[in-house]
Amino acid sequence: MTPPSTDLNSTDQDRLNPAVPALRVRKLRVAFGDPDTRPAVDGVSFEVAAGECLAIVGESGSGKSVTARSLLGLAGAGARVSADDLTLAGESVLGLSESAWRRRRGRDVGLVLQDALASLDPLRPIVREIGDSLRLHTRQNGRERTIRVLEILESVGLPDAHLYAGRRSGELSGGQRQRALIAAALALDPPLLVADEPTTALDVTVQAQVLRLLEQVRDRGTAIVLISHDLAVVSRIADRIAVMHDGRIVETGPAEQVLQNPRHAETRRMLAAVPVDKPRGSRLAPADSAAAGPAAIVVRDRTPTDVHPAVPALEATGLVKTFAGPHGARHRAVQDVSFRLDRGSTLGIVGESGSGKTTAARLVLALTAPDAGEVRLLGKPWSALPEAERRTRRPLIGAVYQDVLASFDPRLSVREILGHAITGPGTGAEPGETRRAGRARQATRTLVLLDEVGLVAGILDQRPTDLSGGQRQRVGIARALASRPQILICDEPVSALDVSVQAQVLDLLDEVQREHDLSVLFISHDLGVIQHVSDRVAVMHEGRIVESGPADQVFAAPQNAYTQALLGAVPRLS
Amino acid sequence: MSELEIQASATGAGRSPGGTPGRVGRLRVGRLRLTVVELAAVLVTLLLLTAAVAPRLLAPGDPLAIDPLAAFGAPSWTHWFGTDESGRDIYTRVIDGARDSLLIGLTATAIGLALGVVLGTIAGTLGAAVDFTVNRFLEVLFAFPGLLLALLFILVFGPGPGSAIVAVGLSTAPGYARIIRAQLLRVRSAAFVEAATVQGLGRRRILTRHILPNTLAPLLVLGTLGVGQAIVWAAALSYLGLGAQPPAAEWGAMLSAGRTYITSSWWMSFFPGLFIVLTAVCATTLGRAIEKRMRHA
Repeated sequence: MTPPSTDLNSTDQDRLNPAVPALRVRKLRVAFGDPDTRPAVDGVSFEVAAGECLAIVGESGSGKSVTARSLLGLAGAGARVSADDLTLAGESVLGLSESAWRRRRGRDVGLVLQDALASLDPLRPIVREIGDSLRLHTRQNGRERTIRVLEILESVGLPDAHLYAGRRSGELSGGQRQRALIAAALALDPPLLVADEPTTALDVTVQAQVLRLLEQVRDRGTAIVLISHDLAVVSRIADRIAVMHDGRIVETGPAEQVLQNPRHAETRRMLAAVPVDKPRGSRLAPADSAAAGPAAIVVRDRTPTDVHPAVPALEATGLVKTFAGPHGARHRAVQDVSFRLDRGSTLGIVGESGSGKTTAARLVLALTAPDAGEVRLLGKPWSALPEAERRTRRPLIGAVYQDVLASFDPRLSVREILGHAITGPGTGAEPGETRRAGRARQATRTLVLLDEVGLVAGILDQRPTDLSGGQRQRVGIARALASRPQILICDEPVSALDVSVQAQVLDLLDEVQREHDLSVLFISHDLGVIQHVSDRVAVMHEGRIVESGPADQVFAAPQNAYTQALLGAVPRLS
Repeated sequence: MSELEIQASATGAGRSPGGTPGRVGRLRVGRLRLTVVELAAVLVTLLLLTAAVAPRLLAPGDPLAIDPLAAFGAPSWTHWFGTDESGRDIYTRVIDGARDSLLIGLTATAIGLALGVVLGTIAGTLGAAVDFTVNRFLEVLFAFPGLLLALLFILVFGPGPGSAIVAVGLSTAPGYARIIRAQLLRVRSAAFVEAATVQGLGRRRILTRHILPNTLAPLLVLGTLGVGQAIVWAAALSYLGLGAQPPAAEWGAMLSAGRTYITSSWWMSFFPGLFIVLTAVCATTLGRAIEKRMRHA
């Protein structure tokens, strides 16, 4: 075997010849378990030419990841893979043995996974991780391999590669890790790269860099199959898009055509659910979707109905929170953060991971005390109170969490979760109420809450683990509303959800906000979501608010350099 | 207990309809799905419980009745498990001993768990200084092998079934305490406890409603596993002559008594030993079965 070309920019004639596709798939079927159940992938066909990027998009459960894994013979134990044709680099790879697959992986097809931290061995330096495929597939000695690895690392945009090569994955940033992972997949210069949600776990600015890198890889002549749930990400680099739904490709075509003129309902639904550039208050999910609320009100009344306009719902002044870091270092999570949340409005706090936004949320929820500064609730002291006094006012604030499942006691059913939230202090229990009357009131209120969040009474006796992600978040919202709060703190409430479910939950939050005249503090890393939900926006970076103002203004004409960079990195539907 | 109805849909062919391959030997008992081994464990446990509650039902004879003429009798139709050096029926004695052995196992485990809960809760709730002290104390206890600790206790308080029970309970307590403390710390910092704080629940409400139930639920499994261990340890103490004293029909004591004649009359030690092993295996199997189901629930 000859060592692969060391020049990634070489334009091999064969590889750019569109007549020979790098990958041809005809009627791919992958089934698990019983022969009677529907296959996970049901007759999928596509082709990818050299230097082309095909994006396969779909929601979780659509079969896109199984399709991707089948291209490497990694569909999993118990999977039954069949196809009329599965040709990789000019050779049929149908029914290959495991050892034959092993010879091809890395050489003929590379794989990039979502979670770079989990995909790299934490105990080995990346130079050895990346060098593995060279060791297995070439006769290069250790020195040659190291030189080659450094070359690849530089080509994926880690300029001082020799500085990084000896580090382990835990010592790299998220972006560097993802680059190292792509480098490992490209080590042998395979004609096809399969990337399964390669940017999903990354911050938006890092995501933009990784997408640019994939674009360069494609332009060097590598065929790319990009798997994603995010149409906006895909629109950036995909030449063609295939939309998967229930194990089938329901629509495929050139990227612009699919994005501009979607023909299939599923594609239209996914496009409509993308919150970027959708006006405040407009619905994201179709009103007739199963769990949608009653009315579809298109434009929201922007003037908050306010009893005491002068008194903000929440006011934070000069918040500082420092944590002890390793080796006695002090980590300033939040530095001099001030903001006010006006009654009936939504304040969006946006920032990348590590920007301090979650610490800010915990300070507002008084789960941790600030080192300096103060949070005032409805004009009265809040963070300065002792917990015993604060407790009676806690029902004024409802909280919706990102990891909603972890926020439920695992032993409790939905009925118990809501019941406990209702019987809490300040939820309308009469002093002389009999136990029976209390139970009746609780049962009625539970049903009202469920109805409000678009759930049916049938799920009352289920546990949250049995519910879907969207249903869980609805239960989470119902619990937050149980104490009739005036303020809702939402910390990344939709980050773990599929885009169409995200749309329904955002619509629901908008509805309950209007219904109860809530003031909402909405925290997210997702600029599209923030733009959609917020009246005012505060951008956080390294523990500080670098820019704040009315949402329209911040998004239309950002003043701060960081905000500009952040906005520039947001993937938009072109 | 015996009203457990067994719906005979045994998977004799090794493949239930719609079942995935590799799940051979599953049975349906009521709403539970049990493996054959689990079902066997349930049946043996029921048998042992019957023996403990109403030994005369299974063995009508007197466990202490001496019959010198029949001494050292090998297993036969009249004496299923043979007879001992005084001609006492070993089957009757083994059945009769179930009560003491199970009682020792259960009581010792209960003592161990109770001590563990107290120590673990103290360490996990009363602050860093208490935590430090309790932990060092537990480490000292850990430094001795459990059985040695039990021997030490008996040395001080004298032999007898009561001492054996307390000794075994004491020596298992540090392990439970450690687990409870770790579980408590984990649950206390869980997101759902924070969510309860945000809802405005008081500290006591959170402790009783969320923290304690989630800390103690895994103990049920631990306890079941512990019963088997406690029975073996108690038997070991009896075997050393430090627990129940002959002629009491306790398995460990019987095992000990049979030791002298093991070359000529193997049945004297074999059958008590068999029942110790059976009980331990059953308790462990049931413990694991419950654990498995709790994890999937």
